[in-house]
Amino acid sequence: MAVLHTTNKSPLQTRDLESCLRLTRPGSGILLMEDAVYGALRSTEASARLAQAAKDRRIYVLGPDLAARGFTPEEVIDEVEVVDYGGFVDLVAEHHHVQAWV
Amino acid sequence: MKFGILVNEGPYQHQASDSAYQFAVAALAKGHQIYRVFFYNDGVNNANKLTEPPQDDRNITRQWSTLAAEHRLDMVVCVAAGLRRGIKAEILAPGFNISGLGQLIQAGIEADRLVVFGD
Amino acid sequence: MSDTQANEGGDRKVKRFMFVNRKAPYGTIYALEALEVVLIGAAFDQDVSLVFADDGVYQLKKGQQTKGIGQKNFSPTYRALEDYDIEKLYVERESLQARGLSPDDLLVPVRVLGSAELSVLMDEQDVLLSF
Repeated sequence: MAVLHTTNKSPLQTRDLESCLRLTRPGSGILLMEDAVYGALRSTEASARLAQAAKDRRIYVLGPDLAARGFTPEEVIDEVEVVDYGGFVDLVAEHHHVQAWV
Repeated sequence: MKFGILVNEGPYQHQASDSAYQFAVAALAKGHQIYRVFFYNDGVNNANKLTEPPQDDRNITRQWSTLAAEHRLDMVVCVAAGLRRGIKAEILAPGFNISGLGQLIQAGIEADRLVVFGD
Repeated sequence: MSDTQANEGGDRKVKRFMFVNRKAPYGTIYALEALEVVLIGAAFDQDVSLVFADDGVYQLKKGQQTKGIGQKNFSPTYRALEDYDIEKLYVERESLQARGLSPDDLLVPVRVLGSAELSVLMDEQDVLLSF
């Protein structure tokens, strides 16, 4: 059973997502929430890195956090799946444990 | 499934408590149980009943109190972190209880998943 | 949980708890309050380990002198951890190297692991507490 990682900081501003990627194994799930949702957008300096990480990890972004910040699911890179809080709960239940990259 | 929730940031300054609350609401709506919500670090400030945000803003403390009443949630404020920040029994909002860090470890042991919300 | 380690001679639950420390001391309270959780956790006879990565490795730097900033120097507490039977301290090699530090700069003996090895260890836990 894989592990779910949550990260909540913008990768354009901090290196938390980078640490998370360095220390997560292929097959892990990563949920971008709060300010980390900016990392899921197209055409940013972080987009390519995330698309590459998505090759062997499942990456999710929290839709309500995206909407709150003025972005729509259409503006998210194809490799990332948009979930709501119910989806967040399901992800936690489906993974062995959760590691928060706070 | 039984979830434990750890809230490590105070209300308003950081989204952590809002996120934890939305997660708890969604988990309960799906029929899961919340074993305990533990408030630590500046998260202890979520329990302050003197909190009075502007009328058009959400009252985070009251949201937690209401959720606790509706679902008989066990909401624990760390005594040591609370004392450090002046969060004592006399200013505790309904539904919050003060107890030791052992309650956090216990939540880790008893819950199926522990989800951390912090900075 | 099926993959939780069984305790010898009893059915009491023993879970693998890992405390992940990624923040530097003094600038924020996270390092100190994380240590307070670790000390309490020790009394529960769980399988406890600590990880220091990113700026969290600075928590273990030798020679901390806090008098000038008016805060208590809590770094000696890391040396007392073994008295609480907490002996699994892991430091990420990449984090040390990025900061120009070596194990000799640290105030306690630790096991230095590369990120690949450390990520395996993190995945094997039951409860991850990050501060």
